[in-house]
Amino acid sequence: MLAAFTFTPALGMFLAFVALTLVITYFSARKATGSAAYFAAGRSIKGWQNGLAVAGDYMSAASFLGISGIIALKGYDGFMYSVGFLVAYLTVLFLVAEPLRNAGKYTMADLLAYRLSPRPVRALASLSTLTVSTFYMIAQMVGAGGIIKILIGVDFVPAVIGVGVLMLVYVVFGGMLATTWVQIIKAILLMAGAFALSWMVLGRHGYSLTQFFNAVSAADYAGTRAPVNLLDPGMAYGATAANPWGAWDFVSLSLGLVLGTAGLPHILVRFYTVPDAKTARVSVVWATAIIGVFYILTTFFGFGAATLLKYPLTAAGLPISVPLPPDAIPLDAKNIPDGNMVAPILAHVLGGDWFFAFISAVAFATILAVVAGLTMSASTSFAHDFYTNVIHHGKEHRPGEEVRVARITAFVVGAMSIFLAIQLRTLNVAFLVGLAFAVAASANLPVILLSIFWRRFNTTGACAGLAVGLISSIVLIVISPSVMDPAGKALITGDPLFPLRNPGIVSIPLGFIAAVLGTLFTREPEAEAKYDELAVRAETGLGAEKATAH
Amino acid sequence: MSAPDNPDLTPLSGGPTDVAPLGRTGPKPAHERTAGEDGDPYDWAAIARDPAFAELKAAKRRFIIPATIFFFVYYMTLPVLVGFFPEMMKTPALGKVNWAYLYALSQFLMTWVLCALYVRAARRWDVMNATLLSRFPPR
Repeated sequence: MLAAFTFTPALGMFLAFVALTLVITYFSARKATGSAAYFAAGRSIKGWQNGLAVAGDYMSAASFLGISGIIALKGYDGFMYSVGFLVAYLTVLFLVAEPLRNAGKYTMADLLAYRLSPRPVRALASLSTLTVSTFYMIAQMVGAGGIIKILIGVDFVPAVIGVGVLMLVYVVFGGMLATTWVQIIKAILLMAGAFALSWMVLGRHGYSLTQFFNAVSAADYAGTRAPVNLLDPGMAYGATAANPWGAWDFVSLSLGLVLGTAGLPHILVRFYTVPDAKTARVSVVWATAIIGVFYILTTFFGFGAATLLKYPLTAAGLPISVPLPPDAIPLDAKNIPDGNMVAPILAHVLGGDWFFAFISAVAFATILAVVAGLTMSASTSFAHDFYTNVIHHGKEHRPGEEVRVARITAFVVGAMSIFLAIQLRTLNVAFLVGLAFAVAASANLPVILLSIFWRRFNTTGACAGLAVGLISSIVLIVISPSVMDPAGKALITGDPLFPLRNPGIVSIPLGFIAAVLGTLFTREPEAEAKYDELAVRAETGLGAEKATAH
Repeated sequence: MSAPDNPDLTPLSGGPTDVAPLGRTGPKPAHERTAGEDGDPYDWAAIARDPAFAELKAAKRRFIIPATIFFFVYYMTLPVLVGFFPEMMKTPALGKVNWAYLYALSQFLMTWVLCALYVRAARRWDVMNATLLSRFPPR
């Protein structure tokens, strides 16, 4: 396993990053006493800082590794992820960020429990948070395993376990403050890496956009395949004779992306780290600016890869140690290109060992930051919603108990996703994350919106919406072509029962309908009576949780 | 832990905790209420009934509802067009760049413009909000 272990520039940069973040964690750990400090960084993060942190939390392995790979292999259809990931921020800004900051404390469920019966609502919201976070985390772990494999030459399994342990150190000792700073540093590094990579790609095309797009519209993978126009839609989804439902897959994917972000627990918890709703707004605007630039750059290092890299070089899979085969698009274990390592390999071709080292370290930083954010939100939700509020009726039996439970949960969540990532290592990470978005949009978003904007909304409706959204999206994924394949290329062999790869178009309306029907079947005068207070709090910010003094 | 504006002067008997029981727990009998609970500092219902609050809500909705419908329709047009009319979207528009890519790129611009418009509108709401709240000091 460690036989191929040699000291490389990549390893050096990676170790430098780890050392830097551990120093941050050490200083954060000394501040992280008390729940508000541990779970919400004392609510004292500045607007631009939180904007960078939101961007750092959001631009995950899916964005950097997954999207560049899927664009390099499937062209335009991969770019649809870039567009959807950004436009989704309008949903967050317009509908969710400010009311959530005004009326909540640590988690999404705080808002729901405000006027609904807290125990059933929190239990289900916590379950849905854990599900979305785990899905998302598997994607990050799969990416991390791949990166470390080419970076240090360690096998996939020990690599994934290593990432898991490191992320636990940040979360368990440093809490939200350490996580925030890891995310800020990562966002800056990632933007620098993306700019450098794009500039070099453009350099290969004479710094001319015309020349670049001409090459992309007849991309030949450095002469190893017949030229294809990658700007044409339809290579991944689109309707074909074999798959007449393909066009609906486009719609379903887009719906999941644009509505999913506003239900992602690890993004929502970031708004509790700022002093007030106005700062939450500023941070969304910062995040939107940074994220937008990044996703436009995916054009260059995604499409660009298809003009500069060779299509499958070896059938034996990717050698596990550096030096790399100079310009291969890597294959996974089943010899199907998953594209997850396109960006680092492109960096190696364009900038040599040192640039490869830098980009790999950036990709790794990316994954660590996101995984830390996910673990943080999952463990916060379990400790605050489930343990304290459901099991113990909202009381801490001993001081500091909630934080202690959160730290233990972080261990469990980490171990679970390490296990699942090892099982699901062959999937494209952007695709995996797309599924997490669909679950978030189906289960979380309907109940968040209805709770803020509909007086009549009640506990039955919230439970029905959460349960139906969660179950329908997961069942549809399990019976979709991604999991069921007649030729045995997926987890289950057999004809898929549902024709679309993305469940959103069915499961999101189902989540909304269930929430509305559940509400209409019952009356809950207490919930309606408390709506005035919630509305005043959500709209004006009166009585919102304040920043804690250090 | 010793917030100066805390109206509850009951001495703390347990350890310090900042976990507040959130959510509806049912009305407590009057004799069980702490001083803090007895004096909820704000009259939520009065604010909710205030015409200035209705105006604030209406002002927000006048921007948010049309803007949300606009961006949702503008965005969802993209998958519908590339999914159902791929041949049309494959037509070159600018050199080799086709309509599909140009329309996707326009989504970035649309997002940034709507963001800017929202921030401008929200500045007005902040002023309305401050005026409203200045009339309801904590009691």
